[in-house]
Amino acid sequence: MMPAGKAESLRDAYGKTLLELGGKDPQLVVLDADLSGSTRTMLFGQKYPDRFFNVGVMEPTMMSIAAGLALSGRVAFASTFAVFAAGQAYNVVRQSICYNHANVKIVATHGGLLVGGDGGTHQMVEDIGLMRGLPGMTVIVPADAPTTRAATLAVHARDGPAYVRLTRENLPVVTDGSFQLGKAAELRSGSDLTIVAVGALVARALTVAEELARVGVSTRVLDFASVKPFDEAALLRAARDTGAILVLEEHSVLTGVGALVASTTSENYPVPVRRVGVPDVFGESGDPWALLDRYGMSVERIRDEAWELLRARGKVQ
Amino acid sequence: MVEEVSAETIRSLEATALEIRRDIIRMTHAAGSGHPGGSLSVCDLVNALVFRELRIDPARPEWPERDRLVMSKGHAAPALYSALALRGFLPREELLTLRKLGSRLQGHVDRNKLPFVEASTGCLGQGIGMAVGMALAARLGPHHFRTYAILGDGECQAGPTWEALMAGGHYKLSNLVVILDRNLYETDGPTEEIMGIEPIADKFRAFRYHTVEIDGHDYRQILGAFAEARRTTDAPTAIVAHTVKGKGVSFMEGTHVYHGKPPSTAELERALAELGAPAGVTR
Repeated sequence: MMPAGKAESLRDAYGKTLLELGGKDPQLVVLDADLSGSTRTMLFGQKYPDRFFNVGVMEPTMMSIAAGLALSGRVAFASTFAVFAAGQAYNVVRQSICYNHANVKIVATHGGLLVGGDGGTHQMVEDIGLMRGLPGMTVIVPADAPTTRAATLAVHARDGPAYVRLTRENLPVVTDGSFQLGKAAELRSGSDLTIVAVGALVARALTVAEELARVGVSTRVLDFASVKPFDEAALLRAARDTGAILVLEEHSVLTGVGALVASTTSENYPVPVRRVGVPDVFGESGDPWALLDRYGMSVERIRDEAWELLRARGKVQ
Repeated sequence: MVEEVSAETIRSLEATALEIRRDIIRMTHAAGSGHPGGSLSVCDLVNALVFRELRIDPARPEWPERDRLVMSKGHAAPALYSALALRGFLPREELLTLRKLGSRLQGHVDRNKLPFVEASTGCLGQGIGMAVGMALAARLGPHHFRTYAILGDGECQAGPTWEALMAGGHYKLSNLVVILDRNLYETDGPTEEIMGIEPIADKFRAFRYHTVEIDGHDYRQILGAFAEARRTTDAPTAIVAHTVKGKGVSFMEGTHVYHGKPPSTAELERALAELGAPAGVTR
């Protein structure tokens, strides 16, 4: 099912924000690998052709060129699809960018299953885990266009490497764009259960929380767009206050935010945690939203998992 | 391309080359690991860059207009460390800390630990890309400088090397010089037996590089190639430097055995004797 609410393009928000930054920061350079129409870096490229490098289909080398520019005093944004940015180019991101502390911002579009028709080859569901594991890397997964804008500004303002994961599909606006690095956003207060979500599934978290409210269950919803740095205090507060945490992500449950939440609570304040996300499989072609349902992230599944946690906590029979 | 170079300059470079070669042997022996073969082959190229070609200043390692050197074959770190020490960028006493815990001298060059290391390298195939980025930055300004990258021949088997070379040619980066240390051997054996890279000069030409071939141990030819690169204004320059793996130490020459293997203590003594080190001085 398609989430309700006004949907906006995260990619458009990124492209427009780059354009805005281009006028303010003459040091800004932008790179793309033959997908500038899809990633929207073309907007910047048309206005600032001297500072735009479309290098063609060479994602690993786009990253090393970006690193070279950054090591020479530039702030470099590099964009392509997530499967190429985090997958194809992984070891260049690791060494040329992260090991060098190069001031490169990777903004990857087309993360997760919502890529849809292109199929499993292009549906990147391992990138959060790969990027989060890199020392010095900032990782952000915006849930909507306002957070995309805020995240683009935030990574530009902060020295060092960053990875921002965007979604191909337009997503309903669920935040006021007051994103802060290292802070979780409490989109809904609650005391019986916490849902931690990132990206496209934040909207589904709010849908389920609303349903639960109608039957008297009070659900806290935390948008953890800032995956790294991670707001451990907000997570542990939620663990103490509500005693159960459900994690939603359009990413492999093996290495994503669910794994992070489970390990963090387990070490500090153990409470029941359940993970909703992509199981240990690749995706396939299909309607984007139908893929989320098929691979275990339907609203019904999320609701079932919420009730499972409430039962485990003895809050319902 | 043989440059008019004074005999005094040649004598001076040959003297520092000898010091660097002795250091490479001592450092890898003390470390108990490392890459003497490719460090010895690239020694004269690094020496000529650090002492003659590059606009650099040990008093101002962060000088924005300094020329950049990217050691893409990051395993040849001992050659670069020694040359930098001799040029005054770090104390020579520090050289024997190579690969030791807490040392600034990492097994592969590390920009965050040492001045004048422009890029951390070692995972092969990434250095040329960073050098292309630096050359683009220099073209954009405001700081203008030249960028030199040293490429290993095994590294020419890596796809991203060619991606990056393609970009340098496409952007006509005449401020970029790629130097291939063509010593013929990689870790497991001869490049042409493992995965042939020839005809390598033709490949550089096909990728739109002004390409010159030199003897990578002949300083007149090395300095001549650098001068020719500076005169080339419409394309990047590729210098195919034909070198001898293990150059200067007889039993390390022309073999892959010492690519990633340090000398034993007996081999250390023998190598230093061949390199004219004063008897008993092994440090």
